[in-house]
Amino acid sequence: MSDRLPGFSTLAVHAGAQPDPTTGARATPIYQTTSFVFNDADHAASLFGLQAFGNIYTRIGNPTNAVLEERVAALEGGTAALAVASGHAAQVVVLQQLLQPGDEFIAARKLYGGSINQFTHAFKSFGWNVVWADPDDISSFERAVTPRTKAIFIESTATPAGSITDIEAISTVARKAGVPLIVDNTLASPYLIRPIDHGADIVVHSLTKFLGGHGNSLGGIIVDAGTFDWSTGGKYPMLSEPRPEYHGIRLQETFGNFAFAIACRVLGLRDLGPALSPFNAFMILTGIETLPLRMQRHCDNAKAVAEYLAGHPAVASVSYAGLPSDKYNQLARKYAPKGAGAVFTFSLKGGYDAGVSLVSKLQLFSPLANVGDTRSLVIHPASTTHSQLDDAAKVKSGAGPDVVRLSVGIEDKEDLIADLEQALGA
Amino acid sequence: MNHDAYPDNYIRGILNSVKSIAMVGASPVNVRPSYFAFKYLAQRGYDMIPVNPGHVGKELLGKPFVASLSDIGRPVDMIDIFRNSSHIMPVVEEALTLDPLPKVIWMQLGARDDAAAAKAESVGIKVVMNRCPKIEYGRLSSEISWMGVNSRTLSSKRAPVPTQGMRLSLNRMSVGGGDTAASDRAAKNKTEQG
Repeated sequence: MSDRLPGFSTLAVHAGAQPDPTTGARATPIYQTTSFVFNDADHAASLFGLQAFGNIYTRIGNPTNAVLEERVAALEGGTAALAVASGHAAQVVVLQQLLQPGDEFIAARKLYGGSINQFTHAFKSFGWNVVWADPDDISSFERAVTPRTKAIFIESTATPAGSITDIEAISTVARKAGVPLIVDNTLASPYLIRPIDHGADIVVHSLTKFLGGHGNSLGGIIVDAGTFDWSTGGKYPMLSEPRPEYHGIRLQETFGNFAFAIACRVLGLRDLGPALSPFNAFMILTGIETLPLRMQRHCDNAKAVAEYLAGHPAVASVSYAGLPSDKYNQLARKYAPKGAGAVFTFSLKGGYDAGVSLVSKLQLFSPLANVGDTRSLVIHPASTTHSQLDDAAKVKSGAGPDVVRLSVGIEDKEDLIADLEQALGA
Repeated sequence: MNHDAYPDNYIRGILNSVKSIAMVGASPVNVRPSYFAFKYLAQRGYDMIPVNPGHVGKELLGKPFVASLSDIGRPVDMIDIFRNSSHIMPVVEEALTLDPLPKVIWMQLGARDDAAAAKAESVGIKVVMNRCPKIEYGRLSSEISWMGVNSRTLSSKRAPVPTQGMRLSLNRMSVGGGDTAASDRAAKNKTEQG
């Protein structure tokens, strides 16, 4: 056995996957089945009791999904992962393990608009109360901590403007408060930023974006860093107390540094039900194999497009952390030295109307509500992803009426710039 | 030996070489971690001996309980201790009176006693602390990957189909890119604080 430790690109291709035991198939097979047979009654009992490793039912685990889980855990440097149906499902499952009705969690104000809605409305109806803080003002997180705080939630690279969050500073606040730091790493992907290296205890992703990367499959994932001690003070009974669902098992005691991922699987996914289709897992796995290649090209193209826009007379400003003049450039150099991502915003001197006109004239950029596709995408957040926020909240989250958001794809950058040129100029 | 993080080869060497394992604190209650580990290791072909003075006269999965290590009456390769850190030292001291000495003393997840470890190591016994042999066996064989756990290993060979009673190959390539340095660090901090 070699002492050489494989790098990120090797893990992106190999982690979690090996030739199929039965057929020798080298690509990961799509185990499109609901259920798995038991060897005998004792085997069934061992599986249901969590005593044995194995498969029962695809709502709890599936061999194709398991490859995806191990691969993303390896890429993020975590101990284990759980794949679910979407990024939103990942957030529900994570917080279900951490919060009881009446509890609070602190969230960065700059978030994907869908997350702001989910936290503000859906989670409120569960009695999970979000308290907002400003990721550009670390002390606002400290001030938000109360005895009911159970977690802090941030994005490593925040939508819509691609601003970079000071993960280490916020992880210090979380550690002091004795709560886990949850980082949504969707926009950066582990190729650019590995939040666990900077103090994250839990990482979540919408796999739909750069990890899958081709705009063809929804998915979400939860990665357990294995760093948080769930036993202190009885604050996290789903992990530290005997669980009646499993005849009194204590998950942290039994599963150690991957207990959180197991809790998400056996208490979250099993009982809430947002299982990922094995077919989607296969599509996303195939995407991940080229993540390092795609992500670098996304970043290189985004930087070229941002530089072009910054010099264009119709453009009022560009918010891209990869530009030396950007207020997040220093954080980008620290956290994402390979590139500042591919999602950013710019504002047009012509305001709302100029934004609408630009989107309608673009020929290569597709007008749609997703990011992280091979194709370049464009959207006017104020009228779409952030439309359900009031005007003040729109501006606060960086989605004012004059703002246009791009997700730069992996086409030839000259063609992307030419498309913007014709749409801005005419 | 640095007990904050173990090289895979160290754990692999232990699990590949030991045949008999005496489990101190083995429980007949089927939701206790010791029961999980006892059953799994027995299924993977290890010669398991349950040690628990509270259950002498009974059996655990067909194996008779003994009251103490000195009651085993035959050589054992490894002692696996399912006790809190504060109860480790007397078990290690008893293990050091055995003739022949065990080759390995293993302390379970959450259990760590550096003084006891040093004592055992001074007479040539290998020590593992704050780990579970079931989890490590499952990890190095990648069987634990069924649960989405990062095995931190890779292999391009066709995997065996795991069946009951079968020993699995633990000789996969180890991975640094997905190590658990962060969680080992956290465990150490916890031990130092606690």
